[in-house]
Amino acid sequence: MRNIKYLLLRRMTQFILLFLYFGANAYGWHMLEGTFGASRLFGVVPLADPYTAVQVLASGFILGADVLLGALIITVFYMVVGGRAFCSWVCPINMVTDLANWLRRRLKLDKEEVNYRFLKRRTRYWIMVLGIVVSAVVGVAAFEVLSPITIMQRGIVFGFGAGVSVIIAIFLFDLFGVKNGWCGHLCPLGAAYALIGSKSLIRVEHNHENCTNCMDCKVVCPENQVLHMINKKSISVTDAECTNCGRCVDVCNDDALGFSIRKFTK
Amino acid sequence: MPNSNNNRRKFFATTLQSVGLTALGGLLWSGYSDEVKASPLVLRPPGALQEEDFLKACIKCGLCAEACVNRDSNKNRDGSNREGTLKMAKGGDHKMIGTPFFVPTEVPCYMCDDVPCVPVCPSGALDMPSLLNEKKELDINKSRMGLAVVHKESCIAFWGIQCDACYRACPLLDEAISLEYQKNERTGKHAFLLPIVHSDICTGCGLCEQACVTEKPAIFVLPIENSTGRAGSHYVKGWDKKDQERVADAKEIKTKNERSEKEAADYLNMEVEY
Repeated sequence: MRNIKYLLLRRMTQFILLFLYFGANAYGWHMLEGTFGASRLFGVVPLADPYTAVQVLASGFILGADVLLGALIITVFYMVVGGRAFCSWVCPINMVTDLANWLRRRLKLDKEEVNYRFLKRRTRYWIMVLGIVVSAVVGVAAFEVLSPITIMQRGIVFGFGAGVSVIIAIFLFDLFGVKNGWCGHLCPLGAAYALIGSKSLIRVEHNHENCTNCMDCKVVCPENQVLHMINKKSISVTDAECTNCGRCVDVCNDDALGFSIRKFTK
Repeated sequence: MPNSNNNRRKFFATTLQSVGLTALGGLLWSGYSDEVKASPLVLRPPGALQEEDFLKACIKCGLCAEACVNRDSNKNRDGSNREGTLKMAKGGDHKMIGTPFFVPTEVPCYMCDDVPCVPVCPSGALDMPSLLNEKKELDINKSRMGLAVVHKESCIAFWGIQCDACYRACPLLDEAISLEYQKNERTGKHAFLLPIVHSDICTGCGLCEQACVTEKPAIFVLPIENSTGRAGSHYVKGWDKKDQERVADAKEIKTKNERSEKEAADYLNMEVEY
């Protein structure tokens, strides 16, 4: 039986969070209300998405204290657990792109990643900056008018409408277009969380002694450029783009990968 | 060194292309964002900032809509929720996606005394201070979600038929809508009972629009910006002391020439002896 511990844990976390958000609207629960833009935990603690908050500030509106405090709480949280843990443990689009990725492998569409000239893994950082600039120019939080992440979450909580087409588009893009296209190349929110978590404590650690060089980890990894140390050096995965999804840990049969606390001393 | 020259040329070309593509992306993105902002015919929750600022401020969290649908007064007898007033705009609604709005003919705003939708807003898009009365209490009557407008050609009360559905549905009965009596010259023995909306009181809740009996409501709520005019600051109400103060420093300029001799007497405004 294949080990899918972290995959199951992630799916459970995603489902439970989305179900709590859903219940807040449908049944009036007070555990987790709102959406990722801004939420309330247990009816008291404000939470807010830092990238959204920055866009609103850039658009020229002085945000309420609740959002600022909420954005601070979220920032501190992901600074510790790894910024892109949001991407793999919380974001609902992750389920869509993971499915597309899995199908790619199943349908043998999965070739070596093509090196597009202007669609690199760092493109997302440009988009992130551009989103803030456009927010300032147009006077509205620019990524929020098209963010598939909140469109999908609001779809689950309040009903999809035609918004479902955006989700299908992302799925098709990742399946037939660019491998890991959305989460790995374009998404500015993922870029923002990568920056936030670039010095985070929880990291995957590689044990070079145990590695048999099977490369299963690199096949499943959605950001496999971060696994450059495989079978080379026993160090932590320190690249900010690692989403802490744990797929590499799951597929490794040689106990060569596992979560650990980052060591700042070399 | 031809090689380094080549490298440099390549570097400049790539930089130029990157800048160009970024500019292209920025233009497309800006254009799209600006277009989706343009949906003025939308009714926002109580206390919402002016549309331009509201679109900046709203963080699209949906806490207002959740507070609206889950309020205690929105329950059926069996304890299940009724549909809420506030909806979150989704794709296909042709409104800024993720922002709260309401459609009076579907569910109007019932003007809850405790205004559950406003205090939960974390960003300030729903401005609580604008709804506070002198005692610093939330007062839903201070909200201005829109303004009801009567289309008198389709309002059957203007035909002479007795109907006061909107007048009776109004939560500010006889204040926001009053009935004006007029003689019906056609029959000679009946009265018109004409609904008149008072824009200084009307909150735009839409209960009148929902109550209207005509096929397509003859009274309907529009955003204030779309249902009001503006006389302009150059008009001064001379009979209004406060308004007159605006021109307290103004001096009268009077031109006198030959033709002034034959000027008509301003007997309405000046005391003139004949």
